[in-house]
Amino acid sequence: MTYIAALTANMRLLEYQGKELFDQYGIRIPRSHLANTVEEAREGAKKIGIPLVLKSQLTVGGRGKAGAILKVKSEAELAPKFNELVHKEVKGELPRGILLEEMADIKKELYLSLFLNRSKRCYSLISSAEGGVEIESAGNKVVVDIPVDGLTPQVAEDTATKLGLTGNAAVAFVDLTTKLSKLASEKEAELAEINPVAILGDGSMLALDAKVIIDDNAMFRHPELKKYEHVSELEKQAEVSGFSLVELEGNIAIIGNGAGLVMSTLDLVADAGGKAGAFLDFGGRATTETIYEALRVVSQIKKVEAILVNLFGGIVRTDLVAQGLLDAYKNNVITVPVFARISGAESERAKQMLQGSRAKLYNTVEEAIQAAVAAVGRR
Amino acid sequence: MTMAGYDIFDILVGRGDEKKPVIVQGITGSYGSTHTRLMKAYGTNIAAGVTPGKGGQSFEGIPVYNGMAEAVKATGAQISGIFVPAQFFLGAAMDALDAGIKLLVAIPEHVPIRDSIKVIEHAKSKGARMVGPNTAGVIVPEVMKVGIMPAQPFKRGNTVVFSRSGTLMYEVSYNLSNRGYGQRLCLGIGGDPINGTNLIEAFDLVRNRPDVDSVVVVGEIGGDAEEQLADYIIRTSFSKPVVAYIAGRAAPKEKRMGHAGAIVYGNYGSAESKVANYAKASVPVAKRPAEVPELLAQKMRR
Repeated sequence: MTYIAALTANMRLLEYQGKELFDQYGIRIPRSHLANTVEEAREGAKKIGIPLVLKSQLTVGGRGKAGAILKVKSEAELAPKFNELVHKEVKGELPRGILLEEMADIKKELYLSLFLNRSKRCYSLISSAEGGVEIESAGNKVVVDIPVDGLTPQVAEDTATKLGLTGNAAVAFVDLTTKLSKLASEKEAELAEINPVAILGDGSMLALDAKVIIDDNAMFRHPELKKYEHVSELEKQAEVSGFSLVELEGNIAIIGNGAGLVMSTLDLVADAGGKAGAFLDFGGRATTETIYEALRVVSQIKKVEAILVNLFGGIVRTDLVAQGLLDAYKNNVITVPVFARISGAESERAKQMLQGSRAKLYNTVEEAIQAAVAAVGRR
Repeated sequence: MTMAGYDIFDILVGRGDEKKPVIVQGITGSYGSTHTRLMKAYGTNIAAGVTPGKGGQSFEGIPVYNGMAEAVKATGAQISGIFVPAQFFLGAAMDALDAGIKLLVAIPEHVPIRDSIKVIEHAKSKGARMVGPNTAGVIVPEVMKVGIMPAQPFKRGNTVVFSRSGTLMYEVSYNLSNRGYGQRLCLGIGGDPINGTNLIEAFDLVRNRPDVDSVVVVGEIGGDAEEQLADYIIRTSFSKPVVAYIAGRAAPKEKRMGHAGAIVYGNYGSAESKVANYAKASVPVAKRPAEVPELLAQKMRR
């Protein structure tokens, strides 16, 4: 069931953000307080009381194993442990705040999630009586496919029975599942996961963690979620221009028209011993302005030593693209060499225009790649 | 999930490359108008356009209607190309299906998943089919096209190309055309996680066609469409030669590579997993687009 984690997106909410949504939908969460400074942490500790838990707010998984969740048993421990977490990187990511939470009196833990199933084109409700572990390794999973508009109480009741829940716990489970399903439907979540759900002594249920991923493309219907968006400055610039940008490790920036084509170029660069430093798809609307803007965006990535442009298709006017390249050199937007394969309308004219510039045109993408890799050196 | 008896060729070109009427939704927008001209120039019979509020006008001699019901009534069209922005997609698609459209070609990118699912469910209830969203469209080379693909890469022939990527569909078709493998149909599956016509459903559309002698499938990382397809090829003993290409071998994990659907986590969605599953189904996978015709030639010789 590895497909759950396959839904990583821009709109992967942090735990505290997910819990804010849970709270709005009446899903019980522990008492908590978000802190960015030691002072804020002290304030929070007063509110919650010690002992408490400090949880690093990250979008990457595996926080527990990475030591990014710490228990605080006395007031003296608070500041040092808080400072430890603030500076602790997990998988290259620094926390965006530390969440202080009360310690719950847990009797039992469950797993519960709703995720959007690609091949079945519906939500799958996944639950397990083994919570707190990764769902891939949890046993006795109960999986039910439900329509995107939400589940019926009957489905929730049947699932509770299959999980072996009775009495108050069964009632609490149906209530929790109904609320989570409502949240997923209304907020257009690709994933809404609670792992673990804590069953308390009285059978009531508490969401100890929250992983919520919203469909980026549905954001126009959700201005209320705008505050949770988190993109880098460069990605923001790219997005404004309608580009898709992914920053990578290498030194060759790849610009092309179409995600598939850019991906394919990335593969060929790797095959030729080169390493891509950026993936930029500027879509179908290639004009002098868009190529200029694409060059401006990738030029801000410091490690980029060469730019590879791969354009294919009759929609692209290659002479307009060539003009964009010339303008970018003239205005010192780029200083690194450009290796281009441009196939489209007016490509002969484009070739003439670029003669004598630092941009070279090649007939095939393979030749352009060979030259680019030779220029920056193999890695 | 397959629809028995749905004949996409009959809808597109009838029995003998007929000029079937096509409606363009969003015909007066910048995208819709540009591609309406190009489609018309290619030979597509654009019989009407729809832009709410602009009914009664005409665009290059093509009548414009406010809604699909009027447009379908006036033209008898079964095909609609949707060129509206993603926010207006759901309304446009539902309008088309309610008016009796049988083939929806959904061009826009960034359609919410929820909207795609709603349209797919409604299409199913109406005996209709959506191609896309986030697709380059559908082309029957040298006869007609509904979409944004350029004309030059495609030549008429007996191969079929199904592609999750637009530009790679052009590139691979161009390589095929140059090596003498023309195409009977090229269909863009779309780059989204959820597709109106997925690879298996696309294969069902051609499996019994006597004028199709081979299939090229252009995939990319993300999801398990290729894995499911490999299983389908084995399970249903799909008899036509199949060659594949997969983009994104060198892409890092957990990064969305331009297409909403192109993301790898662990082994799920990885190129390795797809290649391994294709191997089980005896489907060779090209290392680069230019290798596709070579592999097809080898497959066809056998």
